[in-house]
Amino acid sequence: MTDTLTETTAPAAAGTAPPKPRRRLSDNVVGWLEALPLTLILLCFLVAPIIMIVIVSFWTATEFSIIPAFTFENYQYLFGSSVTYRVFLATFKYALITWACTLAIGFTVAYYLAFCIRSQTVQIAMFLLCTIPFWTSNIIRMISWIPFLGRNGIANQTLIDLGLIDQPLEWLLYSDFSVILAFVHLYTLFMVVPIFNTMMRIDKSLIEAAYDNGASGIQTLIHVIIPLTKPGIMIGTIFVITLVMGDFITVRFMSGSQKANVGRLISNDISLLQYPSAAATAVVLLLTVLIVIGILLRFVNIRKEL
Amino acid sequence: MAKVGYTRRSVLKASGAAIAASALPAPMVWAQEIKDITLRQFGTGVSNLNEVAQKVKEDLGFTLEMTALDSDSVTQRAATQPDSFDIADIEYWICKKVWPTGNLQAMDVSKISNYDKIVGIFKDGKLTPESVIAQGTAPHTVGFVEEPGGTTFASEPTNWMTLIPTIYNADTLGIRPDLIGRPISNWSELLNPEFKGKASILDISSIGIMDMAMVCESMGEISYGDKGNMTREEIDKTIAIFTEAKQNGQFRAFWKTFDESVNLMASGEVVIQSMWSPAITAVKSRGIPCVYQPLEEGYRSWGGGIGLSNSLSGMELDAAYDYINWYLSGWVGGFLMRQGYYSAVPETSKEFMSENEWGYWFEGKEATDVITSPFGDELAKAGEVRDGGSFYDRMGSVACWNAVMDENQYMVRKWNEFIAA
Repeated sequence: MTDTLTETTAPAAAGTAPPKPRRRLSDNVVGWLEALPLTLILLCFLVAPIIMIVIVSFWTATEFSIIPAFTFENYQYLFGSSVTYRVFLATFKYALITWACTLAIGFTVAYYLAFCIRSQTVQIAMFLLCTIPFWTSNIIRMISWIPFLGRNGIANQTLIDLGLIDQPLEWLLYSDFSVILAFVHLYTLFMVVPIFNTMMRIDKSLIEAAYDNGASGIQTLIHVIIPLTKPGIMIGTIFVITLVMGDFITVRFMSGSQKANVGRLISNDISLLQYPSAAATAVVLLLTVLIVIGILLRFVNIRKEL
Repeated sequence: MAKVGYTRRSVLKASGAAIAASALPAPMVWAQEIKDITLRQFGTGVSNLNEVAQKVKEDLGFTLEMTALDSDSVTQRAATQPDSFDIADIEYWICKKVWPTGNLQAMDVSKISNYDKIVGIFKDGKLTPESVIAQGTAPHTVGFVEEPGGTTFASEPTNWMTLIPTIYNADTLGIRPDLIGRPISNWSELLNPEFKGKASILDISSIGIMDMAMVCESMGEISYGDKGNMTREEIDKTIAIFTEAKQNGQFRAFWKTFDESVNLMASGEVVIQSMWSPAITAVKSRGIPCVYQPLEEGYRSWGGGIGLSNSLSGMELDAAYDYINWYLSGWVGGFLMRQGYYSAVPETSKEFMSENEWGYWFEGKEATDVITSPFGDELAKAGEVRDGGSFYDRMGSVACWNAVMDENQYMVRKWNEFIAA
């Protein structure tokens, strides 16, 4: 990062001819020094814990003690159990559906904010409006759905009063539906923000040029706006996918503990003191998420965005 | 305040039990120093009440810090973070798991003034001389060790107690009589298709599996050697029956915390579920009918007690003994019994309850006046009788104690599969 910066600014600065060599050297040192705190923080709080988790995943445990003996038992059990595959499948299902919904809603909202609203003040005001629900805690936003969707909740009462249904809809709460609803509600903003951000950077003259060349609204959208918004979509996708795949509390509350995803497997293990088994599941989950992100990054070069 | 501390100290000294007394030059110093003592207690929500901490400050002078956690976290903390607490308020089955870690120290029975009055369940296991001991981790089986430092449990009462019993109760299914509209008298009703989508059990494996076992046994599907210590085959069969029921949509939800169980019941999402006694009262206090249904097969019972951290010593240890003696001296017992639990020393609690309260909660008599909880909520009107009747009726028909099995790890994995199914 620092290297590219110095290189790009150097030719521009060359015109005024400052004492160049000495400054370059110090820039280099300063650059390293600037990177040092972050490196240390990442080493201590990211790399070291992950290494610990990997090590513990090869240990074994009884109810009350962890035995540091090298064993593949945790992985054997993990890959040998059909539950693991079902749970991973469920996790992917949640991630995929949530991703599709948040993308559709997020893109529409961002498009509206970026292109349909002319005044910048209104734009900023409406953007802030989107963030208002995020002023309260995640858990509260999630739990507030429960009385709404319940058997005798507002949704069912209203539908019955309108004469649309005779019996309350059971699947509104404690089902995959309620889990995904909560996910979409919680994470759509993570899609809106990066997409809106890239859309605002699109040179308006490109869109004008498309219109001048006779492109319809849809054609402009497909051939101009979407390709240029891809990095934003990708960043949003990474946010949503990692958040959903790592979640356990939403699934627990919104499914009334009836459904499971990988996060719940881990949290169950931890609560029962099975740390090595939890660590092994966590390692597999981490690798899965990394592979997913690796695949996603093949499609779009998000470095362009940064 | 200071006087109380001194009086207790003199009593202990007179009984020849006080060790550290000679190290203290004057009672006033003790009185001064005891104010600086803070004991950190943690445990499940049931008995970790701020009212108790306040009363301790008033009566004994020292500070008691309370932390309430769920049973899993309690086990975890007791087993892995011995320095994070002084007093562990845990259940007997947790004790079976945690004791072998050596994080708790045995207590000298001769320093417990009300030891003789503790009910038999916690000593030789028998409520009355004729009682049959129920299955599971009965408290007396993990209540004693042979000597301080011992990690295996003694088979009969010794001078060294692992936990001082504080609170216990008999659990059964809670029902919404208004939504069910017919009598319920067996555990098997939990899986009755009539309640499809309206049943719930608790998602705490060690307790949930016991409720499952009560249900399977009642259905006549499985007869267990010991519900508290199942074989792999029994676990497989039990989980299979419940997995099938789950896949058929029998359960509305599973609950893990007290509040969840109250909300499920109060909102009518669930009409029959495993429940805890105070959750029933919480539903009732919202004006919603809810019954803690006594069932033919009997109760699943649990007991809690306080254990001392191994790192406690000196003045803190003395303070902890003072606390234990105070705990058994009646005020807390009365406070807990007025919520529907039982005290380990009922006779001392009687002094802290009105005749009406004692009659209703302990003797199973008709209430002669309104029964209110210690928090002021109305729990029963005059003329009502406690669900299940008297102390001896309820604790006398315990079928099984909460337990931890030899095949616990296997069971946990199976439980995880059940939740994921």
